[in-house]
Amino acid sequence: MKLIIAIIQPYKLEAVKEELYNVEVNLITVSEVLGHGRQKGITEVYRGAKETGNLLKKVRLEIAVNEGFVEPTIKAIVKGAKTGETGDGKIFVLDLKECVRIRTEERGGVAIG
Amino acid sequence: MINSGDTAWVLFSSALVLLMTPGLAFFYGGMVRKKNVLSVLMQCFVMLCLLTVYWMLFGYSLSFAPGKGFWGGLSWFGLNGVGLEPYAGYGGTIPHQAFMIFQAMFAIITPALIIGAFAERMRFSAFLVFSLLWATFVYSPLCHWVWGEGGWLKNLGVMDFAGGIVVHTSAGIAALVVALSIGKRKNLDHNVPSPHNLPLVVLGTALLWFGWFGFNAGSALAANGLAVSVFVVTNAAAASAGLTWALLEWIRNGKPTVFGTVTGSIAGLATITPGSGFVSPASALVIGMLASILCFIGIAVVKPKFGYDDSLDAFGVHGLGGILGTLATGLFASKLINPAGADGLFFGNPRQFLIQGVGILVAVAYTLVVTFVIYKLVDIFFKMRVNEKEELMGLDLTQHHERAYTVLE
Repeated sequence: MKLIIAIIQPYKLEAVKEELYNVEVNLITVSEVLGHGRQKGITEVYRGAKETGNLLKKVRLEIAVNEGFVEPTIKAIVKGAKTGETGDGKIFVLDLKECVRIRTEERGGVAIG
Repeated sequence: MINSGDTAWVLFSSALVLLMTPGLAFFYGGMVRKKNVLSVLMQCFVMLCLLTVYWMLFGYSLSFAPGKGFWGGLSWFGLNGVGLEPYAGYGGTIPHQAFMIFQAMFAIITPALIIGAFAERMRFSAFLVFSLLWATFVYSPLCHWVWGEGGWLKNLGVMDFAGGIVVHTSAGIAALVVALSIGKRKNLDHNVPSPHNLPLVVLGTALLWFGWFGFNAGSALAANGLAVSVFVVTNAAAASAGLTWALLEWIRNGKPTVFGTVTGSIAGLATITPGSGFVSPASALVIGMLASILCFIGIAVVKPKFGYDDSLDAFGVHGLGGILGTLATGLFASKLINPAGADGLFFGNPRQFLIQGVGILVAVAYTLVVTFVIYKLVDIFFKMRVNEKEELMGLDLTQHHERAYTVLE
């Protein structure tokens, strides 16, 4: 089991969701986060004065999958989120030790899907 | 002779109507996604700035300078000749400039109403040009025909007390034209966006209802019995329409919503506008009810079938409400309420209903054609719609380099 964490551009969320549905990955958790990458970011203007260096809004996805779904999930996220410009984001893949479905108390791979 | 009470009421009413445009900004702003809220507030607010200048330079003259032509011409250009003495044709007991500034507020809010149709996807520069051209070539001529001295619809006997034709029908029909021309927002099929801040919508509604007393009762242009009647009638229609919408939702969907109830009130206010100076309080209760029934059907049943994206229902509320209200004036108007008006069909004068129908036909046809031409012209030179990336990122960042809310501090 793996836990896939992806940081993407907020405006790419719909496209990524669409790609994930296409490979039948339907269980995702989404949160709004702030972050700094190498991207200098969008300049905001505060009453006419330019402000740079603001933390940028990103969207963070968390997806727990069984081994067979790891590559399709990664590919789907890349397909949905990639523009080729800086700021597209990152994907982290972590080993997942345990998964429990609270309703049934099932554990492991069956609890993920 | 200047009457101080009349002047005070019209000045105060002007301020009330001014407040409606920021009220509309909150009303619409709460309905859009949070990435677009500033763009809507900005579009509304900039109308206050841009159209005030327009109105003082030539808009007032085009709309209200006396004449039987297409519009009023430029004899009052730059408020030349619009002074502090009363002008007999436009409220003979208040300074002419008081009438001018009162009417300025109507010219400001009318193009702002259309914003609901194209929210979340129009380029700001194109929006400015479109609005200015629309005010010049749609609002001003219609305003002259219906309200101006020598206007042909006015001479025909069309009754529009406070803007059912001039404001709501024109803005509503323009909204439909623009919604159809600019196309749907992206990703609507999977993900119909929820209003990002309903309390803001309620605040906006409250300000609109409050301001509407100036809009309608101020149109009496005097602090007299008629103004009181209009005030009472306006309140009655808003109340009965809000109640009706809530009931309709309760019956059809199982729960009455806040969003529906406030939408109903606005529909009632828009619908009572043309008849507010001619109908009784009891008629207003009926008109309010009809307003919500018609607009509810339009928004909840007809719109999904046709699939056009009138995002915030500018046509569904103001277009349908304005048309219904103008026709209802031809049914419910009574000389007992306003001897200067006419009786409607229900009071023995079927001819008035036909006259109201002619007024609506003219306004709808003219607005349809000219709005479409203006849209296409501005689209060629300025490109109306933002590109896909800008739309997905939101207009706040891409059009104004600002955002409304922070995530952390």
